[in-house]
Amino acid sequence: MTNWVAVLVTAAGCYLLKLAGVFVPERWLEGERVTRVLTLLPVALLAALAAVQTFATGDHLVIDARVAGVAAAIVALRLRAPFIVVVAVSAATAALLRLLT
Amino acid sequence: MTESWPEARARLVRTAVSIGVASGAYGISLGALGVAAGLSVTQTCAMSLLVFTGGSQFALVGVIGGGGAAASGAASAILLGVRNGVYGVRLAPLLRLRGPRRFVGAQLVIDESTAVGLSGETVGGGLGTRAGRLGFWATGLAVFVLWNLATLVGAIAGDAVGDPRTFGLDAAAPAAFLALLAPRLDNRPAWVIAVVSAVVAVSVVPLVPAGVPVLVAALVPVVAVLARRTRPASERETT
Repeated sequence: MTNWVAVLVTAAGCYLLKLAGVFVPERWLEGERVTRVLTLLPVALLAALAAVQTFATGDHLVIDARVAGVAAAIVALRLRAPFIVVVAVSAATAALLRLLT
Repeated sequence: MTESWPEARARLVRTAVSIGVASGAYGISLGALGVAAGLSVTQTCAMSLLVFTGGSQFALVGVIGGGGAAASGAASAILLGVRNGVYGVRLAPLLRLRGPRRFVGAQLVIDESTAVGLSGETVGGGLGTRAGRLGFWATGLAVFVLWNLATLVGAIAGDAVGDPRTFGLDAAAPAAFLALLAPRLDNRPAWVIAVVSAVVAVSVVPLVPAGVPVLVAALVPVVAVLARRTRPASERETT
């Protein structure tokens, strides 16, 4: 498979998945259980993305400067800092820690 | 929390731009990595325009760059793209896309646009649908423009761009996801789901290919809701 084929196959696959999502009939989403799952789904995905991106490098778990950055971000969140401040605090903390160590 | 429409609109647009800028920083490293992996500048830019879902793109570039088969790179990338289909199902009743907008909107269904769209939906005072749609389109378009520009810049700059870790960008991403998660943690079941999902995802990291832990965590709310079903209604949420 050449690079072009890989890029185009990936593009087609990813687009068809996106399209399949928005084409699913709305009646599939009726019912208490389905609604409940769909309400909690972004919570699960966001928590998982945050946790994995904090601790994973490929298929390894590592504790590095990212953990300190995210801890600082949690403090910023508790202080009700705006989105961009939370993100900047995390990046700056991790960068500073790497600079010092 | 009651917000007027101008306040909600301003906040959502600010969030969209912030996320676009943050993703742009990642786009630069993706562009550089793409070229380093052996893709041409054109191929790298075509990937950002056509694939347009960061996790999948990093997977494709990572496998090819690491000497893996292009086919297995494409397979991991598509596997990672499954979550966008799940997002689409969740977003469809909010967006109610019709005609050509459905095909354009579909391409913009990614982590960031979904998260901001769904967070907009929580705006009170009957503004939820309007705010949710604005959040989705503003974030999708901001990320699309900045992601593609950044990919081009990164690809041209090639390996002249340093390690994004130097600027702590790898710590910016999880912070962004936490900031998006925080407003949804306004009830106990959500907290439980968040903690369990995070623990499950991290636990399976060494066992499955990169990107899959997040998909495993997507099963957590399914299992939780099925388990709750067996209890009588009187025992459910008392808050």
